Amino acid sequence: MPEHGTVNQLVGHLFRHEAGKMAAVLTRLLGFQNINIAEDLVQDTLLQAMSVWKFKGVPGNPEAWLYTVARNKAIDYLRSEKRKQAVDDQLSVLLKSEWTLVPTVKNHFLNHEIEDSQLRMIFACCHPAIPYESQIALTLKTLCGLSVREIANGFLTTDEVIAKRIYRAKEKLREENISMEIPAANLKPRLASVLKTLYLLFNEGYNSSHTSELIREDLCSEAMRLCILLTRNELCNLPATNALLALMCLQASRFDSRMDSEGEIILLKDQDRSIWNKKLIEKGFLYLQRSAAGPGRNEYQLEASIAACHAMASDFDKTDWSTIYALYSDLAILKPGSVVEMNRAIAKGYSTSPQEGLSLLLVIEGLENNHFYQTALGDFYKKLDKYEDARIAYGRALELTPSEKQKELLRKKILDTGR
Amino acid sequence: MEKFMYLFIEDATQTGQASPEEMQAGMQKWFDWIDKLKATNQYGSGEPLLPSGKIIKGPNKVVTDGPFAESKELVSGYFIVLAKDIDHATEMAKDCPILEMGGDLVVRPVQKV
Repeated sequence: MPEHGTVNQLVGHLFRHEAGKMAAVLTRLLGFQNINIAEDLVQDTLLQAMSVWKFKGVPGNPEAWLYTVARNKAIDYLRSEKRKQAVDDQLSVLLKSEWTLVPTVKNHFLNHEIEDSQLRMIFACCHPAIPYESQIALTLKTLCGLSVREIANGFLTTDEVIAKRIYRAKEKLREENISMEIPAANLKPRLASVLKTLYLLFNEGYNSSHTSELIREDLCSEAMRLCILLTRNELCNLPATNALLALMCLQASRFDSRMDSEGEIILLKDQDRSIWNKKLIEKGFLYLQRSAAGPGRNEYQLEASIAACHAMASDFDKTDWSTIYALYSDLAILKPGSVVEMNRAIAKGYSTSPQEGLSLLLVIEGLENNHFYQTALGDFYKKLDKYEDARIAYGRALELTPSEKQKELLRKKILDTGR
Repeated sequence: MEKFMYLFIEDATQTGQASPEEMQAGMQKWFDWIDKLKATNQYGSGEPLLPSGKIIKGPNKVVTDGPFAESKELVSGYFIVLAKDIDHATEMAKDCPILEMGGDLVVRPVQKV
């Protein structure tokens, strides 16, 4: 009597990921001006899956099931609306004739075409005409299948703010008549824009505190998923793409050790290295190797190389600080900024002498109110037996840090300077 | 064991707002519930129902179209389950995740011939 399917387990983020894939394909078929309709068709498809699977169980090939439903919905829409305005002319010709409509739609749901549509969508969502924050919101919405509320939760903002960003981004895409293509002729700057967005998306997930760990992990894994997609494309599989993916893998390997249960940041020095994810570290090294194929070095490569140095060190004291110092020095040229300077100074302090580290730290401007900076100052002062200066710096850091854990650590450090 | 019918009543306007992740999570809960029924051999069969349909009325056989616009709440499907009695069937129904998602569940005994 039981007819319910035996496999009633949905794998990973099936719905979310398939939503992103279907939205890309349908937007390519219906055109950007109809992106909202494409999203509605995706939502309808998922609702239909839910209502049927609940009674019939998960089909053997859930992806194929979803694509069939989405495909038929697209065909119905194209037939009834007579709006066969696809983004490129060639496609719209094929969609206008009843003879070619069905095979054309079907063709776009084949695996390699889905990936192609996703890539086109990435380039559209990460178009430089759109501000980065809107690029990120649009990418998460259309390519990653996150809802407005889920994105708002990830960025600690309101639904309205995210909805507005997405709305404006879509408007911009329409206004500028941005085509859904892989911009082969203008690849370098366009890919740079895509990589920057994925980098920011990853960092948002990796660094932001006070949001739930689950959301943070989602943002990081989505950034990685899209980056992997780029490496699978011949045109986009460039050194910078591999370098960014290497950086993401190496950073993600420390994901579980970088924060404590209360969401407070644990400094590299104090992290439990035994729980670093070795598989991700290996992947990081692999992609870093691939990134070395081209001439010159990009910022992702330098950052990934720094992360690799840390990953290779069995404990904090065995870290190769002189290499890290050299890498930060190069990075400071490519990507000038006080935080890079601070890290460079710290590396100098560990690799050469506390005095040289301190001298470099003291010339940095604009970090007076940064507790990491004040803590670093205090550490070097202490090593140089300048206890009074160390106490002052630690005291400032104590006022500046919002973290209870850090405060506790700093109080201990202040006590130590008294001996 | 007696046969009972579970009628699931859902408000389509509510589920329509869920994100893909929420839908998947909701569905997983549903599957877990069914697995529980199946583990004790209490699940019989079930079918989903489309929201559209026809209504035929009276001796004049007047046919009108669904969906039944006057109510947002629609029967979205049914199960046949096996339970000791109506109280048992009702207890089992209380674990149904539909109740947390804005839906209702009706339990009706299947009449024995």
